[in-house]
Amino acid sequence: MRKPALPDEILLRIQQPARYIGGEINMCVKDPKSVDIRFAMCFPDVYDIGMSHLGIQILYEMFNRREDVYCERVYSPWTDLDAIMKKERIPLFALESQDPVREFDFLGITLQYEMCYTNILQILELSGIPFHAADRTWEDPIVIGGGPCAYNPEPIADFFDLFYIGEGETVYFDLLDAYKESRRLGESRTIFLKRAARISGIYVPSLYDVSYHADGTLKSFTPNCPEAPAKVQKQLVMDMAGSFYPEKPLVPFIKVTQDRIVLEIMRGCIRGCRFCQAGMVYRPVREKNVDELKHLAYQMLKNTGHEEISLSSLSSSDYRSLEELVSFLIETFHGKGVNVSLPSLRIDAFSLDVMSKVQDVKKSSLTFAPEAGSQRLRNVINKGLSEDDILNGATEAFKGGWNRVKLYFMLGLPTETIEDMEGIALLSEKIAAAYYDLPKESRNGRVQVVASTSFFIPKPFTPFQWAKMCTKDEFLERARVVNQKMKEMRNHKSLKYNWHEADVSVLEGVLARGDRRVAAVIEEAYRNGALYDAWSESFRNEVWMEAFRTCGVSPEFYTTRERSLDELLPWDFIDTGVTKEFLKREWQNALEEKVTKNCREQCAGCGIRRFGGGVCYEDPN
Amino acid sequence: MKIRIKFSKQGNMKFIGHLDTMRFFQKAIRRTGVDIRYSEGFSPHQIMSFAAPLGVGLTGSGEYVDIEVLSSGPSAEMVRRLNAAMAEGMEIISFKRLPDSAANAMSLVAACDYTVRLRPEYEDRLGAASEFFAGLDAFLESGDLHIMKKTKKGEKELDLRPLIFEHRPDEETGCFLKLSAGSAANIKPELVLETYCLAAGREYSPFAFQINRQEVYALQTDGDTKGRRFIPLEAFGEDIE
Repeated sequence: MRKPALPDEILLRIQQPARYIGGEINMCVKDPKSVDIRFAMCFPDVYDIGMSHLGIQILYEMFNRREDVYCERVYSPWTDLDAIMKKERIPLFALESQDPVREFDFLGITLQYEMCYTNILQILELSGIPFHAADRTWEDPIVIGGGPCAYNPEPIADFFDLFYIGEGETVYFDLLDAYKESRRLGESRTIFLKRAARISGIYVPSLYDVSYHADGTLKSFTPNCPEAPAKVQKQLVMDMAGSFYPEKPLVPFIKVTQDRIVLEIMRGCIRGCRFCQAGMVYRPVREKNVDELKHLAYQMLKNTGHEEISLSSLSSSDYRSLEELVSFLIETFHGKGVNVSLPSLRIDAFSLDVMSKVQDVKKSSLTFAPEAGSQRLRNVINKGLSEDDILNGATEAFKGGWNRVKLYFMLGLPTETIEDMEGIALLSEKIAAAYYDLPKESRNGRVQVVASTSFFIPKPFTPFQWAKMCTKDEFLERARVVNQKMKEMRNHKSLKYNWHEADVSVLEGVLARGDRRVAAVIEEAYRNGALYDAWSESFRNEVWMEAFRTCGVSPEFYTTRERSLDELLPWDFIDTGVTKEFLKREWQNALEEKVTKNCREQCAGCGIRRFGGGVCYEDPN
Repeated sequence: MKIRIKFSKQGNMKFIGHLDTMRFFQKAIRRTGVDIRYSEGFSPHQIMSFAAPLGVGLTGSGEYVDIEVLSSGPSAEMVRRLNAAMAEGMEIISFKRLPDSAANAMSLVAACDYTVRLRPEYEDRLGAASEFFAGLDAFLESGDLHIMKKTKKGEKELDLRPLIFEHRPDEETGCFLKLSAGSAANIKPELVLETYCLAAGREYSPFAFQINRQEVYALQTDGDTKGRRFIPLEAFGEDIE
């Protein structure tokens, strides 16, 4: 029987001991002595979140199909265990073998959101691995980062030996082979890193030198050895038909955030919303084959016993075989104890019909994401959702028995005016009024419209990457304007307004567009107790603000400063395939309130066509 | 068709709480393709009920769950198929058909057997295992077993003696206890151990003991037999050939 790394006495006094014992259904069991490479795959947040992540499930099964690799999992110990492990000096371990992480060849850390950065340092500290890549030896694993935040790895560049830029399915095996070869030849760690740098998509921060202008902006960013390319190419799976997908996902004992099968139907998004990083970096849209998906759904349900299956993509309504797939799933599984859940669908006749089949209309709500309160501002952000779309969709839904609507907006978008802010309340009111316009007999009690706003954070590789971000006070003032207007609405009793915390948005803004100098702040904040910053109950803004002061780094330099179009940006060394010229053009279009058509209507010439596949080459018929 | 499944929950599975154990079984049943009956309604759920929740930290070697199925293969085959869907530490022991009139396991529970082992690393604090358990046995035989039990309204005096059906030192583990269980009077072995430690002036620690629930019983109610007769829940069912 596998013996846990932690003694019973600890496991029985912490919350959810099942987070730390492994042994889940479909866990890969290998003899660590029989493999050449031990890979610890880490999601730097609590198990419940990390186990819900699709990317790790894909790479876990893909790596473990290789006989010479044993891929295991690591998550952040929750704060209760974190304190115990630090006090009793217990090294962090991987779930499968329960062996210390430091004994592994690789520690791979997925970077899904900026607010997990202090948890990376927690993982390193508990593992006994030096924070700085420069201080590591062959006694330590190679620490590699990947995932969306790797598109601007600079704020955490000091902590990583390598970054993998793009989708993990393409060159990871090349990297593992290079590692094996390097170790066989007895090469130094530096030589191995240079070997790795020659693999397309691999970024080795230590092989680049950075200098700054007197005003603090980036002056130069250059390779310091011939092996390191001037531009690192994003990696993409271009053949979705042959791409790897896990048929036996892990089944946790405890109820995790995604306690269901996640069936990825498509990568990328045709819409081109100008604030959305995913919509830019995952271009071009690549659809998966519907017959393959049907087969996968069946296999995955059989192998996990999950009672729910959910479709995953950035915009499921744009998947061209959606009707066929959804009808298949409902006919095959619904009524057999398997729920079909459908996130991010455009509200129209088809989706309302499907929703009425798979959800209890009385208990479910409609979700719209207009993102901005006025048509003018929706044109600025290129969000192709009109007021008519929303009101017609809502009215149809109200006739079908729904009476709850959720609306998502952003505040602080470029060019935003008072009218745009008040538009959030006005749109909410119009939806409520549309409900009360229906004859009384076709209504179902009172309507409830809940509008939520988050604060806009400019992200790298979007047309808004140059934009000024609001200060905390500006954000809160804008939320106040919306809140005030909401109260003035005739149906204000049917409206509810929520807004996001502003402190954490400002910090996310710094981490999103930061450079290498931000690393010192992250380290200082962590040493002073910052951890689990993505969790509002543990986020401590004062610790961060103190860290900025101590390190002499100004958060405003990264947030409220509007960058000039010719400024060298910290992430410019990455080539995502979407050209900077396109982003500049889109930034200009935004300021001129010009809409750019989606990829299926008309090619906008973003540059991604050279990847040779996806929507750029779809048959228009 | 009503089915009673007996299983054991050992090793790391002791860290899996009751609700998660239920979820584990629901998923295992779906993986196995057992033809379980679902409830009616908008979100149908499996007809499944456990005899008695087992606390986190305790192991069990005679745990029970009742299910209803529409059809079933022979018991031996069902045990084999379910075992192929178990995690390490969970094992299906039997799969038996119950009479249609059978009461569900939860309503039948009247007593449970436990074995208690003292972890060697606690012998410094609590004394050698043999001595500790000899002391416990003597205490349960003739000590004062009146305790104050917390209730919703405050505290109430409770005499544990009539609720401890059997006790004896056990050579292999440390001690054996048969305790009252179920809705009428549910006594946890931890309470018995704590009461003894308190009376004997020993420092009680919930981590000092590894407790295993060995069997769950129903009370024989028919006839006019004077003495109590406990029947393992498994005995209500029969193998499907």
